[in-house]
Amino acid sequence: MSQVAVGTNYINATKGLKSWLTTLDHKRIGIMYLLFIAISFALGGFFALALRLELLNPGKLLFSAKQYNQLFTLHGAIMVFLFIVPSIPASIGNFLLPLQIGAKDVAFPKLNLSSFYLYLFGAIFCVYSMVAGAADTGWTFYTPYSTTTDTSVISMTLGAFILGFSSIFTGINFIVTIHKMRAPGMSWFRMPLMVWALYATAIIQVLATPVLGITLLLLVIERVAGIGIFDPALGGDPILFQHFFWFYSHPAVYIMILPAMGVMSELVTTFSKKNIFGYKMIAYSSLAIAIISFLVWGHHLFVSGQSDYAAMIFSLLTYLVAIPSAVKVFNWIATMYKGEIDIKAPFLYFLAFLFLFCIGGFTGIMLGSLSLDVYLHDTYFVVAHFHYVMMGGTVMAFLGGLHYWWPKMFGKMYSEGAAFVAWLFIMVGFNMVFFTQYLLGTKGMPRRYYSYLDQFQPLHAFSTSGTWVLTIGFLIMAFYLVESLLNGKQAPDNPWGGLTLEWKTQSPPITENFLDTPIVDSDPYEYDKVKV
Amino acid sequence: MSDVKNHKVHSVAHHFANAGHEFESAKLGMWVFLVTEVLFFGALFVAYAFLRWAYPEMFVEAHHLLDWRMGGLNTLILITSSFTMVMAVRSAQVNQRKQTSAYLLATLVCAFGFLIVKYLEYSAKFHHGYLPAKFFTGQAVSEHIHLFFGIYFMMTGLHGVHVLVGIGLIVWLLIRNQKGDFYSDFFTPLEMVGLYWHFVDLVWIFLFPLFYLVG
Repeated sequence: MSQVAVGTNYINATKGLKSWLTTLDHKRIGIMYLLFIAISFALGGFFALALRLELLNPGKLLFSAKQYNQLFTLHGAIMVFLFIVPSIPASIGNFLLPLQIGAKDVAFPKLNLSSFYLYLFGAIFCVYSMVAGAADTGWTFYTPYSTTTDTSVISMTLGAFILGFSSIFTGINFIVTIHKMRAPGMSWFRMPLMVWALYATAIIQVLATPVLGITLLLLVIERVAGIGIFDPALGGDPILFQHFFWFYSHPAVYIMILPAMGVMSELVTTFSKKNIFGYKMIAYSSLAIAIISFLVWGHHLFVSGQSDYAAMIFSLLTYLVAIPSAVKVFNWIATMYKGEIDIKAPFLYFLAFLFLFCIGGFTGIMLGSLSLDVYLHDTYFVVAHFHYVMMGGTVMAFLGGLHYWWPKMFGKMYSEGAAFVAWLFIMVGFNMVFFTQYLLGTKGMPRRYYSYLDQFQPLHAFSTSGTWVLTIGFLIMAFYLVESLLNGKQAPDNPWGGLTLEWKTQSPPITENFLDTPIVDSDPYEYDKVKV
Repeated sequence: MSDVKNHKVHSVAHHFANAGHEFESAKLGMWVFLVTEVLFFGALFVAYAFLRWAYPEMFVEAHHLLDWRMGGLNTLILITSSFTMVMAVRSAQVNQRKQTSAYLLATLVCAFGFLIVKYLEYSAKFHHGYLPAKFFTGQAVSEHIHLFFGIYFMMTGLHGVHVLVGIGLIVWLLIRNQKGDFYSDFFTPLEMVGLYWHFVDLVWIFLFPLFYLVG
């Protein structure tokens, strides 16, 4: 079947640690990202466990109030900057993008490797901040508190600044790769929808992240030299910081969710064995989300004193996001209709996303309405909302994508039975933790509080116990995935019957991806024309 | 006609179809990078606009403290350097290696000239204590005037860092050109650094009127 020696692939092509650390192969870089993203997730998860434990009852259990503030800051900053922003694009996306468009590599392999080292470098700053008096500002670094607290804000913001550049360079690389590296015959509308999602993501990464960079730089300079731009005592305005911060950080939310939506489109066609419903609408909706994402940041400032007119416009624009999001959800459901649905582990996570994202999305619309937001602002309702979207959405899709492409990445199959058990624990645990928090929020429990009224105790305790169920699920997953690497069955080239190009090469792929450059002469998901 | 006798033949990276494909990809990547730079500076321009809107009289008073002749001189220097940069790229396209080096050197001289003028300006400001708030010791001719110098040092300082990076890149180009890396079929790095250098120039074209001229 191949002119390359049988059994040669990108993993065993060259040997030794050095061959990995200096590799320019997008697949190896993706796998290295995956490793460090998994470590970051475990670290962020550990802080989440610790802070939920502290909230088991009112008053002090294990940590002081300041330590609690540091815990939720570290949880937030690590999960956002080290885990979820790079999660799907840098690991799965890096591995997948050239394979899906039939290219040998990304456009700039050296830049790709430097993005990875920038990521590590930024991570070192964050870890340093952790041991040198961890920041206690929350991941949002709001002034004036962040310019006055005695904790290590500078190293944490510099870490986020560097991680931002890692993200920008990945974005530049992906945009150029998608424009210039597509295989012959792969027109824009023959690209898999994952590629469209990565393209929309890259646009946001490139346009929004620099603003975060300069904002964090201003914050550092503010602490060092006191330029006063954010300091009312010197004539500046702290609200300006909030505008700058959310100009990045709201689009960043879509950096997190768009690639997840791309994974969803791949999963639904493969496991329904049916052509995607409304290909063009899904592709355009990714771009629409990317564009609208830049126009909604003011909904984070409804109670910060921005003008009523601005708030009304931001509220309206926020509602608009629901349209392209709903287009995707309806199209996925329509794709399943009359499909041959095959419930395997990746599809379980598809279903998890579908349900949880809808709950997270609807409550997001609630928060986007002016009157309700005044009541729910900075309560656990907000915490529950963004965890339903970020964890219920992005993390579920990430896990779905991981299970879907795992055989392609490592050439091994994992145990379906164990995967189902882990999924069950994760679904139950997740809803125990966060649905409870919707209830807490509507009852008026403010977020980021160290202690609370006794009447909230049962719900808090229930939420905390959910984190343990969730942890069991992730431990089972870690176990069977590692086990599959050691003893897993050899994966066939196309275990799920996928039609996109990555399934047309061997598992794991050879270093050059394909023996011959593929020539594309059909749409990506033509199950009606192809017999698998 | 051509003074390039034994240039190195550029080999196209394995994942590109041909040299043109490689060049076009690099160019698109550079343009996207410049877009990120526009947004990087963009936030500072917003901060400038906000401060100006909040304290219009203070900005009028403060801008008299900057020397428009120095700023004007630097504008001329940078525009000249953009021209020499273009000529360096052009010389490589027609295989004039010595000329390429000469034009790069001229660009380098301009860049250093810019920094020297900037140094003179900065040291005058330091001398008078016109500094960001924490260090401001100058005569407060207007309330909140430290904010003007805060944003002034932030924006011109960031621009200065970009000039420094540009100097590093031009030195790198000079070394590669001396080794004979660039010729009519391969001048990608020259073109890319050129784009970057014009961007740095363009930022100054905005900074100069906003700080020195608009009253």
